Order: sequence, then structure tokens, then C-alpha cells
Amino acid sequence: MMERLTGAERQIALMICVVMATVGLVMAAAGRGDPMGSHGAIVLIAAGITTFFVLRAIGEPEPAEDRTVNYYDDPTKAGLVIALFWAVVGMGMGVWVAAQLAWPDLRFDAAWSSFGRIRPVHTSGVIFGFGGNALIATSYHVMQRTSRARLAGHVSPWFVLLGFNLFCIVAASGYLMGVTQSKEYAEPEWYADIWLVIVWVVYFVLYIRTLARRNEPHIYVANWYYMAFILVVAILHIVNNLAVPASLTGAKSYSAFAGVQDAMTQWWYGHNAVAFFLTAGFLGMLYYFLPKRAERPIYSYRLSILSFWGIVFFYIWAGSHHLHYTALPQWVQTLGMTFSVMLLVPSWASAGNALMTLNGAWHKVRDDATLRFMMVAAVFYGLSTFEGSFMAVRAVNSLSHYTDWTVGHVHAGAMGWVALITFGSIYSVVPLLWKRETMYSWKLVEWHFWLALAGTVIYVFAMWNSGIIQGLMWRTYTDSGTLAYSFTDTLVAMHPYYVARACGGALFLTGAILAAYNVYMTIRHAPEKHPERDYPTSSEAAEPAVPAAE
Amino acid sequence: MFRKILSPFARLFEFHARTHYRTERHSMALTLGIIVAAGVGGFVEIAPLFTIDETVEAAPDMRLYTPLEQAGRDIYIREGCYACHSQMIRTLQDEVDRYGPYSLAVESQYDHPMLWGSKRTGPDLARLGNKYSDDWHVRHLVDPRAVVPESVMPQYAFLLERTLETESLPDRLAALRAVGVPYSDEQIANADADARGQARPGTDAADVVSERYGDATSVRHFDGQRDRVTEMDALVAYLQILGGLTDAAFANQPLGEE
Ligand code: HEM
Ligand code: HEM
Repeated sequence: MMERLTGAERQIALMICVVMATVGLVMAAAGRGDPMGSHGAIVLIAAGITTFFVLRAIGEPEPAEDRTVNYYDDPTKAGLVIALFWAVVGMGMGVWVAAQLAWPDLRFDAAWSSFGRIRPVHTSGVIFGFGGNALIATSYHVMQRTSRARLAGHVSPWFVLLGFNLFCIVAASGYLMGVTQSKEYAEPEWYADIWLVIVWVVYFVLYIRTLARRNEPHIYVANWYYMAFILVVAILHIVNNLAVPASLTGAKSYSAFAGVQDAMTQWWYGHNAVAFFLTAGFLGMLYYFLPKRAERPIYSYRLSILSFWGIVFFYIWAGSHHLHYTALPQWVQTLGMTFSVMLLVPSWASAGNALMTLNGAWHKVRDDATLRFMMVAAVFYGLSTFEGSFMAVRAVNSLSHYTDWTVGHVHAGAMGWVALITFGSIYSVVPLLWKRETMYSWKLVEWHFWLALAGTVIYVFAMWNSGIIQGLMWRTYTDSGTLAYSFTDTLVAMHPYYVARACGGALFLTGAILAAYNVYMTIRHAPEKHPERDYPTSSEAAEPAVPAAE
Repeated sequence: MFRKILSPFARLFEFHARTHYRTERHSMALTLGIIVAAGVGGFVEIAPLFTIDETVEAAPDMRLYTPLEQAGRDIYIREGCYACHSQMIRTLQDEVDRYGPYSLAVESQYDHPMLWGSKRTGPDLARLGNKYSDDWHVRHLVDPRAVVPESVMPQYAFLLERTLETESLPDRLAALRAVGVPYSDEQIANADADARGQARPGTDAADVVSERYGDATSVRHFDGQRDRVTEMDALVAYLQILGGLTDAAFANQPLGEE
């Protein structure tokens, strides 16, 4: 892991580790008796493990190769493996969470295993652990290939990747100990938030510096999306997490905002976490890996500009559709609804652009499960954005809000779009990175595809049913003008769907485990093959970054 | 005809594509563009909420959470209750009929952070206070299915065993004051004793709590145990104040839209 670092770089790495270890020690000492102390210990252990690897390498000979002739793929490889690890953990938690709603006693009688504490482990595990690592890893890959330049730096990519995972571990372990700000998707407490800001700034600088080295006049579309992801997530994260800690030696903090302002800030954040974490970054993946795998140019360059700026501009306004009919002033609700509906245009432009790109390559979609993953992801992207714009209409939201319909929508997007595009990208990039002919087993890829598709469909249909039934039962009146159903009546009605959802989730999880196994076997056992043109170059004659546009 | 109407748009589009083709060579231009494009919406929607006075109604009778209630609120957050329970009754007839008057902005004026929620796996809790007895709450939290057989809620029996940690309450109230909750110096200094006093009726500490936080403050053995103050005391005290900080919502509320 360290062999491609020069002596000076190894020393910098060592220094960072020492600083981290000190921070961990201080946190552990200051936060004794508070969860913050345990987090200090975690930081200390993480720093210790990294120090061990750096120290082992520090006496080794320096790299002899000329580093500029190759791409730097070690962090990408590590990131992909870590992403698969989180996929299994996060989705495993998802199945457990789902099972608890069907059979509430399915837990050890411990405080840490209650629904309220493990649910955020699921959401953060899949969104940040799985999605975030996949985004960071693929962004390293894509920015190098599309710029035809090596990463700008050898320590910073590791810093970003490992630092981000430290954030994820602190977050997940914190939820189990009851450390949370309660803001959905922004649950980690203040010190974790500050750490993430540092990691993110380094990430942005790395991205910009690599782009500055590019041997290609234009910045390819995929990079715009990754940039939007990095930049806007930074803004959202900083604003929504503004808080005052109760004490510098404890985890608890209080949000700077209260009540209606806090609600608006939170859902401005929440919806754009969807937009810039779960959508923009993954569109970056789509715009690179789909044309690459299909060996077709992107259908329309213009459409991609339109949809990019449409998404960046419109999404930000849409957060208030999470607050229809609440105490939020009506004018903000109306703005949110209007922009959500308009958002359909750039969203479908992206989905359409992806599907039109496949024109002329449909036979490949039929034969190649990897490409099919990406195709179905684009379809689900189209479906869930249509559904989202529909649910953002006040009248529809009055039924869907607070029910499982929202959860169904979330997972149509999260499983159908985010997870499928990620698996497709992983399957297409793993053989290239590890210099293998193909994946270890194409049959397993095929199995994974059908398991994932079946799991998603079962999950989403179960939640549509359960959500709409519950929403309707809540608002049904008897002839004499009283409410027809009690709250518990709706619980009974939903039970079968909760069982179905847990089964669908289990199928999806099985698929993810197959993927992890298949990747492991590919690394270990698949026959080698060196790709022909996969190195930085300023020559146009070499492989174009991506099949040219128009 | 159709072409004619569309042609200016086509030209604009063409122009835009060409300029874009030139600017996308510059990473900093792209960076700035993204920040500006993504900045507008948030600014327009959020900033006015702080400046327009009508956003939050006036409620002169609005009171603060006592230290015990605030400690309970922190436990509510710690356990993730908000993942299943909303605290926001929408302006819809069936919600008003089921849960009570719809929620006003002022009711969560001092909620850092707000706990409006986004999913009702369990019912809304915005007006839970005084709906059930303390004893009902304790039994329900210890074993939800003993009270409501269909419930899917987890049990929280361990709260009854855990002594409430109160030493950090002055710090916590001070942090809340830093973000805008008007606690007095006296309230902050005595937060520790006040929290225990509220769960020990008949003691001196109990009497001063009512003095400091108003006569409406409930002073009770919330968890039914006389000898100690537990996390259960705090959580039940919080649940019993939900919807009770102000009567503003009950004052002549026009009915919700259909
Ligand atoms: C194995 C597959 C999965 C299962 C079984 C599963 C299960 C669940 C369950 C039971 C919930 C709680 C719903 C509730 O509170 O009623 C949930 C919430 C959530 N899950 Fe998953 N999930 C899976 C995959 C994913 C993936 C891949 C992602 C994202 C990439 C994801 C993102 C989320 C999000 C964002 C929420 C919060 C939804 C909300 O607040 O409305 N899930 N999931
Ligand atoms: C045009 C695009 C979209 C629009 C207009 C939209 C709109 C909506 C609406 C109206 C809700 C329900 C809010 C509520 O009643 O509480 C919602 C929830 C949600 N959507 Fe979307 N959606 C879009 C795309 C997506 C995509 C692609 C994903 C996933 C990758 C996604 C993930 C979510 C999540 C996670 C929530 C739940 C938030 C929560 O309550 O915790 N959305 N969306």
C-alpha cells in the first residue's frame, strides 16, 4: 500500500498519523465517562493501525519506477473494497431494521439494538459507507482517466479515503451509543462534523489540482457532477451542522437553529443530500461508466449541459416539499412544490440521455449483466424522480407524507438507482484496476442482477401498498363523521407488507454478498490481462478519455 | 409556425452550448458557477424565515423546558424516538380530529433542534402531554406490547434502572442559551438541583422549581419510584409537557384545509 510513496511522503504520512493519535488521546482523556471518550479510543486505534503500516514501509526502498507514466490506482482499489464491505454491513442492518418492524422483539434486549439506534446505522452505512466510498473511489478513477493525468498527490488521496472512513466509523459507533444530533442524514456530533470538513477540503483541493494537470482541454461531464457533489455537500454540511456543544469534553451539542428555521435548514440539507450525494455524484458515475461500457458516445452533449445546470439550480429550492401543510409559511411550501415539479425536466433529460446512449447497443444490454445494471439504474432514476415530483405536489403529499410511500420512494431511488449504478460501475472497473481479463464469474453477476432487481421490486411494491393503505386509513371517516380506524388498526394492516419488505431486502442483501465474493475471487483468482491504453498521456491518438461527444 | 416560435429558444440554446463549451475548460469558472447556482435557492428560502416576523406567531404564555424536561428531551433524541414519531400536526382535517389542533411554529420556537419528524411508524406526539397517566407511560415504555398488543415499538425498561445524570445540565442549559433560549443565570446555575427537585415532590428543591419555571410545572414521581431520579423520570416528564408549553394552538384555531 505504501510502496509507491517516496520517503518524504512516508514521513508526511507518519506525521499525520502522529497528529491523529494525539487528537485521539486528548479526546479519550478529556471525554472520559462520555461517549466522546470511546470515540477518542477509536481514533487512537485507527491512527495506531495506520502508523503501523507507515512505519513498516519507512525503511523500505523508494519506488524505482517513473510514477508519472501510470495512473495512481491504489486508493481507488482500497476504496472499492471498503465500499463493498459497507454495502454488506449497511444492507445487513437494513434487513435487521426491516425485520424489527415486522417482528419487534427480534433484538437482544440491549439498549444499543433498539430500532431508533440502529436505523441511522443503516442509513449512514449505506449512504455514506457504501455510497460515499464508491463515490470517492470512482471519482479518483474517473478524474484521472478523463484528464489523462495522474492524481495530484500520493498522501492526500489516502488521507481523504481513510479520513472519510474514520468519520463513518465514528458516526456508526456513535449511534449505537446514543450519540446523535437527530437531524436525518446529519446525525454525527460536532467533532465528527469538524473532521469531515477537513477531509472534504482536502478532497476538493485534490480534485482541483488533478484537473489542473489535465492533458485534455475540456473538463468531461462526469467531472462536473463530481465537482458539484463535493462543493455543494460541503456547503450543506457546514450550514446544517452549525451547533454549540454543551461542553468541549462531551459529545452533546445543540443546533444553532430552532423550530421552523431549523426544519427548513434541515430539509434544505436533507433534500440536497439526496440531490448532491445520492444523485449528482452517481450521475458522474453514470456519465463515465455507461458510455464506456456500451462503447457509445453520450447521446447529447447539449442535453447533458441542460440537465447539469437544471439539477444544480432547481434541486436547492425543493427542500420545502418535505414540510407541506406544516407550520412552515405557505409561500415557501409553494416554491418547493413548483421547483420540484420543474425538476422533472433535467432529471428526465439525464435519464433519457443515458438510455438514448444505449441506442445501437441494446444487444450488449441483453448479453452483458454489467451494462444491464446501469441501464436499469437509469430507468429507476427516471421512475423515482417522476415519483418524487409527483409526491411533491401538495395534494399528493398530504397522503404520502409520514407513510411508507416515502420509504418506498426512497428505496426506488436508493436501491434501484444508487446501488445498481454502483454495482454496475464496480463490475466494469474491477477487472481493469486489478488487470484481470474479466470478473471471476459472469454467472454470479447475472445472479446478482436478478436478485437485486427482484429485491428492489418487492421492496418498492410492498411499501407502495403499505403506505397508500395507511394513508387512506388515516383519513377515512365513518358515516357518522368520526375517524374510522385507530392507529393500531393501520399497524395490523401493514404487517404483511413489512414481512414482504424484509424478504425483498434479504434478496438484495444476498446479491451484495455475491458481489463482494465475486470481487474477492476476481482479485485472487481471475487470469491476468494488462489493458492496452490505460496511462496518462497528452497524445490525442491514445484512447480518448471517453468516447467523444457528438 | 411551431418552428418559428421555437427558433429563438433554439438559438439561445445553441449560444449557451457554445459558451459552455468554452468555459468548461476552466475549473474555477465551473466551481464558481456551481456555488452561485446552488446558492440562490437556499438563500431565498431560508434567510427570510429569520427576518419576516409573521413566520413565528407571538405567544406570551410560552414557557421554557425545565431542566428535567430538557434532560428527557435529550434522552428522546438519544434513543431515536424521532425516527418513528412526528411532532407536527399538519393542517388537515383528519389530523386535527385525530391528534388535536394543528401545530404552530411558535410551539417549537425553543426546540434546538426541532423534532418534527418525517415518518409516523407510531402516532404523532405533538399533543401527547396529559393524554395518559405517568403510570401508563412507564408501563408502556417498559413493555409496549403489554399495553398495546399490536405495537411494534421497542421496549425501554432499562431507563427505569438508570440514574439520571444531572451534573452536566448547567452546561447544557448554557449551550441552549447561547443558541437563543432565554434561560436566566439563576436557572442555569441551579439546573442540576432543579432537575432532581422536579421528580421529588415535597422536598425544598421541588418548591423552588415551580418558583423558577412557573406554577404550571408538574412536580411528581414520574417513574413511580420515590427513592431515586431515573432516566425514566426525565423522559416521562418530557412526554407529559409535549404540546403544553403554550396554549396558543388552542386559541380559536381556524380549521384545516381539506
Ligand atoms: C438490503 C436492502 C435494504 C433494506 C432491507 C432496507 C431497509 C430499510 C428500512 C427498514 C428502513 C426504515 C424505514 C422506516 O423507518 O419505516 C430504511 C430506511 C432508509 N434506507 Fe434502507 N434498506 C435497504 C437498502 C438501502 C440502500 C441501498 C439505501 C441507500 C443507498 C438505503 C437508504 C435508506 C434511507 C435514506 C432510509 C431513510 C428513509 C426515510 O427517512 O424516509 N436503504 N431502509
Ligand atoms: C426529481 C427528483 C425528486 C423529487 C422531486 C423528490 C421528491 C421527494 C418528496 C416529495 C419526498 C417526500 C417528502 C415527505 O413527504 O416527507 C421525498 C423523499 C425522499 N426522497 Fe425524493 N425526490 C426526488 C428524487 C429522489 C431520488 C433520486 C432519491 C434517491 C436516490 C430520493 C431520495 C429521497 C429520500 C431519501 C427521501 C426521504 C427523506 C426523509 O423523509 O428522510 N429522491 N422525495
